Amino acid sequence: MYSVNYHRAASVADAAKLLKSGDAKLLSGGMTLIPAMKTRLAAPSDLVDVSRLKELQGVKVSGKTVTIGAATTHYDVSADANLKKACPALAHMASLIGDPAVRYKGTIGGSIANNDPAADYPAALLALGATIITNKREIAADKFFKGLFETALKEGEIITAVSFTAPAKAAYQKFRNPASRYAIVGVFVTKGKDGVRAAVTGAGEDGVFRSKEVETALSKNFDASALDGLKVPAKGLMSDIHASADYRASLIAVMAKRAVAAANA
Amino acid sequence: MGIEGVGARVARKEDKRFITGGGRYVDDMVVPGMKHAVFVRSPHAHAQIKKIDVKKAQGMPGVVGVLTGKELKADGIGNLICGWMIHSKDGTPMKMGAWSPLAVDKVRYVGDAVVIVVADTKGQARDAAEAVEITYKELKAVVDATKAIQPGAPQIHAESDNNLIFDWEIGDAKATDAAIKSAAHVTRMKIVNNRLVPNAMEPRAALGHYDKAEDHYTCWTTSQNPHVSRLVMSAFYNVAPENKLRVIAPDVGGGFGSKIYIYPEEIVCLWASKKTGVPVKWVADRTESFLADAHGRDHVSMVEMAFDKDNRITGLKVDTIANLGAYMSLFSSCVPTYLYATLLSGQYNIPAIHANVRTVYTNTAPVDAYRGAGRPEATYLLERTMETAARELGVSPAELRRKNFITSFPHQTPVIMNYDAGDYNASLDAAMKAADYAGFANRKADAAKRGKLRGIGMSCYIEACGIAPSAAVGSLGAGVGLWESAEVRVNAVGTIEVLTGSHSHGQGHETTFAQVVNQRFGVPIDSVSIVHGDTDKVQMGMGTYGSRSGAVGLSALVKALDKVEAKAKKIAAHLLEADEGDIVIENGEVKVAGTDKNLPWFQVALAAYTAHNLPAGMEPGLKETAFYDPSNFTFPAGCYICEVEIDPETGTTEIVQFVAADDFGNIINPMIVEGQVHGGIAQGVGQALLEGAHYDGNGQLLTASYMDYTMPRADDLPSFKVSTSNTPCPGNPLGIKGCGEAGAIGSPPAVINAITDALGVGDIAMPASPSTVWSAIRAKKH
Repeated sequence: MYSVNYHRAASVADAAKLLKSGDAKLLSGGMTLIPAMKTRLAAPSDLVDVSRLKELQGVKVSGKTVTIGAATTHYDVSADANLKKACPALAHMASLIGDPAVRYKGTIGGSIANNDPAADYPAALLALGATIITNKREIAADKFFKGLFETALKEGEIITAVSFTAPAKAAYQKFRNPASRYAIVGVFVTKGKDGVRAAVTGAGEDGVFRSKEVETALSKNFDASALDGLKVPAKGLMSDIHASADYRASLIAVMAKRAVAAANA
Repeated sequence: MGIEGVGARVARKEDKRFITGGGRYVDDMVVPGMKHAVFVRSPHAHAQIKKIDVKKAQGMPGVVGVLTGKELKADGIGNLICGWMIHSKDGTPMKMGAWSPLAVDKVRYVGDAVVIVVADTKGQARDAAEAVEITYKELKAVVDATKAIQPGAPQIHAESDNNLIFDWEIGDAKATDAAIKSAAHVTRMKIVNNRLVPNAMEPRAALGHYDKAEDHYTCWTTSQNPHVSRLVMSAFYNVAPENKLRVIAPDVGGGFGSKIYIYPEEIVCLWASKKTGVPVKWVADRTESFLADAHGRDHVSMVEMAFDKDNRITGLKVDTIANLGAYMSLFSSCVPTYLYATLLSGQYNIPAIHANVRTVYTNTAPVDAYRGAGRPEATYLLERTMETAARELGVSPAELRRKNFITSFPHQTPVIMNYDAGDYNASLDAAMKAADYAGFANRKADAAKRGKLRGIGMSCYIEACGIAPSAAVGSLGAGVGLWESAEVRVNAVGTIEVLTGSHSHGQGHETTFAQVVNQRFGVPIDSVSIVHGDTDKVQMGMGTYGSRSGAVGLSALVKALDKVEAKAKKIAAHLLEADEGDIVIENGEVKVAGTDKNLPWFQVALAAYTAHNLPAGMEPGLKETAFYDPSNFTFPAGCYICEVEIDPETGTTEIVQFVAADDFGNIINPMIVEGQVHGGIAQGVGQALLEGAHYDGNGQLLTASYMDYTMPRADDLPSFKVSTSNTPCPGNPLGIKGCGEAGAIGSPPAVINAITDALGVGDIAMPASPSTVWSAIRAKKH
């Protein structure tokens, strides 16, 4: 790790100010940034730590509306009693991220700001049709996730929370990379008032995406049987030493089927 | 057996410090004035070094030295050696290229060390390493051994035409060809044994300290054999004469073979310490370990197995290409030859065997012994072929093996080895019973109802341990003898120190060696200390690898105990006024047999040191040394049965049952033996299902971290059913065969036989990852 200036922000406004110094980066749980700095792949001049800001903490459920502070850890999301009632699929998804150490440190805001193509939250928020709230504006999930490690966030913009309307049904299934245990394919399906949404992580060359094939099939019949024999095109999917695009395409159908079965269970 | 004696299930003495963070590893060592080293390594798999500019780096904060291979050569430091000479079948010696501890004019794999940077902190050393400017001219690389020997492949060393190091053979080609020609059936296969990265929990490390006042060097190093390290560094690398070089291998966190070898880093740290005038410590990070630790396996073989009309094997012909990487590591040449081809008879009566082995340079990390070393490759080849033959012949895999088992001993194979003892039917019976082999069809049908493909596979392995009779290995080209030493020091109060040339890096020597002493003298194991891993304390030894510490190291201890016992009896006979022949030692007492006359053990020890009343002419003291040279290899064997269920939608394989029935000879501590089997199977299952080192065409290692290299985790593995049915080894005093490598040797073919059974396919590549299995299922459908 190169030497770096560390700042603990007093507020979101303070963080926004501090971000203007040098090549500063926001630090939340640091589960991606710190390892990248340790291997010298990332070299920010300054770190602005927002992980302890009270205003960014916690899960609020009000009726069907769920709001999660950006610095809420994966563990806190997975263990929130109200969320488990309102949207158990998201709590379950959070319990599948990384390992216990990652879940106690990593945060929802950090995960979506990083937008790792194999991260779980982007699939969930895209399928939930969530809104990403920043210190400047609100961004729909459909517009937020732009590509590999790319989001709609502008320079100096800070995610403060995400919010969504709890769907009637939802579930997440992921097939893990045997080495890293990140998703090779993760599918989050929801059935809500605006219909069916199915988002796929781990597979797309441009990161998380919605699967038209899965959504079309499930819109007619939200049942695992609706996906029998479903062919997902391999075009646009990643190929690497762990999984070919064809394999990923096949896994999307399988994981979608299993997710629907779980959502209906 | 007492509660702490031979055969007792004693908890390991050393585990308290290991599991409470109290172990002392090389990285824990601190010497006043110590500085930190970082190596600048080649980013290219194959390139000429045009220019090295260290000026900028030398001026960086905290930097005390930036040293190159040119300076190292100028100081007379030698090239790395390969300690086992192999001659090609045309009689020419192996064609070995030079391996300089720091590359001088050419780099040959990604990770090749080029420059050492020494600075006050590791961070400063790393900063300065980034400032070292090296101009390379990239050359074409080749990573696949079968391609490296093709005409026109990139030439890696000038010494070896077409990268061929040697073309060696063993056995009778004519008789084998005749057997194949007249066979009723021949099973033919291509067998690929995947490349593995050892991944010891503790990365390699070295701390070199040159003491100018004493003109003396100390090297703390993560070594499985510190004495061999000292010998080689003084005799071949010209670092320092032996009397001026102390090598210490303190607690070492796993080796699996990868810490047998003397690597460039420890040589360079010692040299750099003298050069810079400060102690120099280097600790590998995990990526360095992936890049620059010796890898394992990487064979491609063609095999033909001939059967007569009664399904008896009549001949076995093997043609193997072994990838040795960019340089010949210390024992690289013996792994695919004398540790591999000599085991090709397996547990079977095979009248004619011929094996041809070509070893090849490639632009990859050096390949050397890794848990099992040659024997896993032989076992995988044989047991995959036996399983395939059974399927082709339409007979049960168990019956085909049984029909061909060697049943009388000693048995001379056509490939050097003379098996001394074994009962292969007993292991097979035990394994089949434990696996409920007969009930498999029902379990398969049940799995099918759940949409799962269930398969079963077995493997009957044999291996050679206790390496090895020094004269025998010397005649085959080994540069060292493979005996072991032990010294038993009985203190004046009867407590005991055992000094051994074996080295424990996880095996549990501190417990098992103490158990053998306890068995002999009744001294509690807490009163027996094991001293190892320091060339100043233990005079000489050959270290630990090849499951040799029990069969060879403990045999040396037994010899030393014999001498101590003889002297103690003489003293006791004198003190008790009895005949020496009537003295017995039981439960910590030295007695006159058949009487109530006795002395506690400590009084005999005390008498030896007070020397007030010793037999006339006897020297005071009670301390004896012994060297033990084995008369033969030992031959652990066993039968492993693996049962899998495969999810056809995802290709995921779950091991639903794994049975190991081993014959390890006599056992000192069953709990430690079970632990060895568990760990070995975990590594074998790792090879079969999970692990694989993968280079791209440019020689970049794509699996250089745990993000991409799949290490086995607890949830990848079932709860193993292990048992032993032992035939004592007649060749050593304790009847021990060795158990350290069996699990890694026997398990890969059992797993792959089970998967190919489940899928109904002829072969599948290791590691049989979900993606590979899914592809095999899809290929079969189309």
